[in-house]
Amino acid sequence: MTERFTPPPSRGCSSTPVLKERGQHEVFCGLTGIIWLHRKMQDAFFLVVGSRTCAHLLQSAAGVMIFAEPRFATAILEETDLAGMADAQQELDRVVSELLERRPDIKQLFLVGSCPSEVIKLDLAKAAERMSAQFAPNVRVLSYSGSGIETTFTQGEDACLAAMVPVLPQTDARELLLVGALPDVVEEQAVGLLEAMGIGPIRILPASRVNDEYGIGPNTLYALTQPFLTETHEALQRRDANHIAAPFPFGEEGTTQWLRAIADQFGVSDAKFAEVTDAPRARATKAVAQASEALRGKSVFFFPDSQLEIPLARFLTRECGMEAVEVGAPFIHRSVMAPDLELLSEGPVIAEGQDVDKQLDRCRAARPDLTVCGLGLANPLEAEGLTTKWAIELVFTPVHFYEQAGDLAGLFSRPVRRRSLLKMEAAE
Amino acid sequence: MKLTVWTYEGPPHVGAMRVATAMKGMHYVLHAPQGDTYADLLFTMIERRNHRPPVTYTTFQARDLGADTAYLFKDAAMAAYERFKPEAMIVGASCTAELIQDDPGGLAETLGLPIPAIPLELPSYQRKENFGADETFFQIVRHLAKPVQKTARITANLIGPTALGFRHRDDITEVTALLSDMGIGVNVVAPYGARPTDIANLGAAHFNVLMYPETAETAARWMERELDLPYTKVVPIGVGATRAFVSEIASITGRNVILDESRLRMPWYSASVDSTYLTGKRVFLFGDGTHVAACARIARDEMGFEVVGMGCYNREQARMLRGVAKEFGLEALITDDYLEVERRIEELAPELILGTQMERHIGKRLGIPCAVISAPVHVQDFPARYSPQMGIEGANVIFDTWVHPLVMGLEEHLLTMFREDFEFHDDAGASHHGHKAKLRETGISEAVEPETVATQSAPTHTGPVEIVWLPAAEKELKKIPFFVRGKAKRNTETFASERGVQEISVDTLYEAKAHYAR
Repeated sequence: MTERFTPPPSRGCSSTPVLKERGQHEVFCGLTGIIWLHRKMQDAFFLVVGSRTCAHLLQSAAGVMIFAEPRFATAILEETDLAGMADAQQELDRVVSELLERRPDIKQLFLVGSCPSEVIKLDLAKAAERMSAQFAPNVRVLSYSGSGIETTFTQGEDACLAAMVPVLPQTDARELLLVGALPDVVEEQAVGLLEAMGIGPIRILPASRVNDEYGIGPNTLYALTQPFLTETHEALQRRDANHIAAPFPFGEEGTTQWLRAIADQFGVSDAKFAEVTDAPRARATKAVAQASEALRGKSVFFFPDSQLEIPLARFLTRECGMEAVEVGAPFIHRSVMAPDLELLSEGPVIAEGQDVDKQLDRCRAARPDLTVCGLGLANPLEAEGLTTKWAIELVFTPVHFYEQAGDLAGLFSRPVRRRSLLKMEAAE
Repeated sequence: MKLTVWTYEGPPHVGAMRVATAMKGMHYVLHAPQGDTYADLLFTMIERRNHRPPVTYTTFQARDLGADTAYLFKDAAMAAYERFKPEAMIVGASCTAELIQDDPGGLAETLGLPIPAIPLELPSYQRKENFGADETFFQIVRHLAKPVQKTARITANLIGPTALGFRHRDDITEVTALLSDMGIGVNVVAPYGARPTDIANLGAAHFNVLMYPETAETAARWMERELDLPYTKVVPIGVGATRAFVSEIASITGRNVILDESRLRMPWYSASVDSTYLTGKRVFLFGDGTHVAACARIARDEMGFEVVGMGCYNREQARMLRGVAKEFGLEALITDDYLEVERRIEELAPELILGTQMERHIGKRLGIPCAVISAPVHVQDFPARYSPQMGIEGANVIFDTWVHPLVMGLEEHLLTMFREDFEFHDDAGASHHGHKAKLRETGISEAVEPETVATQSAPTHTGPVEIVWLPAAEKELKKIPFFVRGKAKRNTETFASERGVQEISVDTLYEAKAHYAR
């Protein structure tokens, strides 16, 4: 089954010493996750309790404003809330009542903590509890923190999903839980493949509607679809659910190994597995080979951003023929990242955290063929002659599983091809 | 606590970033958590800047709060000085750092840096982006500008343009050319492109051109007082304003200056017969106070539109704009609540919106054309081509930009004549806009007609009397081209309610049309 893979490296990166950096971080905060979470959970509303900066971030982060009546808003703290002239909890009650009146279609409300609400120690958990009692059974109110002092970019989704785990009912049913907010098309493909192997019932966290929810317990088996879901992983462990460890389902290899790990838990035969996966595997291999032509033999440098860096470095080095120079991640959680680290061949610097100016120095010295970085760095690096791929697109685009493997390689090869197409130098 | 969906302005430290990023040799050390670094992308993505904004964020985390965050600030400021070697620094806090009260200004002072470190006090929970830019520029000027010898020839400073400003880049070029035509040189442009040494030299000019009161009025007033620099009050957007601006400069300099109008096409374009269809088009304006005030006058006096409403999101300009609105017999809408603006537009049902990118989206939703006249900006507001708002070319650009979203004159007539044609009908939209032509769905619309009557009449707020559109009238209303349908519907309903008519028939529709004919 695995004979078609490049053999695992003799020495992977799992024991490589990690370069730990503590300096200026150039990353989004966890509030950013609301941009995709509010589309995924169709009856949920996200109310950030924060400052004008939070509101400004939310409308700027996606690069475009999403004006189709957003299911998120910010309760902006004002001078009176801070000076204790107004009781912040009472103010919050007023704002939430106003909101729920305007949006009776809302079934779950997330109170999302921010930097200022954390610093003034506004207890949103208490508020959520109070409001849940008040608005039950129509609306469920939960809270989590997306603050930039505690969360980095995709950790916001993690905090949100982790907040949903404790309120799931208890069950002893043997069920498979897929964890992570994926685009619908991708989620349906994953479920389709697993069901074709006879695996089920399959549950998804987050469910697209609150009424679609299910129970959880010691017979629940879960697989993470995103590498940043570490808090959720721990919350599920606390509910005695069982983790299926695997490399993340990016590219042909990652998808196959991820599916295989689940199939093994459900006693799927090799023949059945091959019957379901052979055709899409072959398609993925072919698509990646085509899309990665421009990438072969090229070097790649990852700035820390979405937490997808290690699995993507594994994909680019093992399936697209690239060489990794540095793989930076905001943080590295061994228990979920180990399978990918083992497959990533020794060589690149593995960095955790960031000191952006020092990292820029290393990047300029290495002159990689492709730099994966955030939106704040991409154009400045392009102007210095480096080719970049902005990382946020990797979170906003369907990239998981077989049918998207070619698209994933294409996201990296397009900037490289583009640079070779453009014949005119920019004027300075 | 205020519930906010979309904001017109960012927090004040973003205003400070707009000033720092516009300048050269200036560095901003901002005490802020990591998430605040999102602001870099405003400059690198929206404005396509090819350099990172000159901002160092301390990016403190939760675990630092228990310990000492002050040393983080000092380390970051020191490291930023050593790495970037700026000529001057501004230091301050974002909203979160304001709460932990580390006093960046005091801390920077203890570092003993050999360059000026200018402290900023920007109250994040009271004020917004424009205030932040205005206050930052004022503090920089106050700390660095000194009385100096005036230049021998007559020169002016252009003050106010910042990074992320609406067409600031091109307005600078246009106003520089305008002054050059009058034989007046430019001493310093600030903050855009200025170094701290240029700021020190502001006093060498003979007067200031205050391009954008939003970002430089406080500095202009201070320089008038301290550096003997009078400043211009007219913002040269539009033909009339540009002419008034030139006369104002004549009176400030005591010279007989003339305006070279050889490149000016706007008044002729507006007077030419093809523009007749623009007459009396009902427009609503919203944006920053300065642009709205200027554009309202252009709309009325230079385009022949009817201004039916106007407003601004920045309270600093509220008094000025209320005055302008009064001149138009209107009451200005002063709000930063996007939903309130949307409601007002829905109520007024204008034929054209002159607004910001936010109003462009409102227009898209309501099917009302919109041209953008003001910040907040979008990547589209930084066109590759030369596209100023000020001066002679600005007036030409404004004519083109405002007319573009509308259906053109002759096409408008043809649509009216052949409004039942299956492919040339109002839903097909203007032919010069690039989208797929929609074929009219014949037959189906007839069947749903009775239902739409109920839904259409529901949102009609015409007092205690519930007005109902009879099916035939409803059908007739649909034959009216979309760009005037809102007006026709509103006029008919007003006409009916004034006469106590509860059911609108085809006759009522045409009686109303005759009544409002002009």
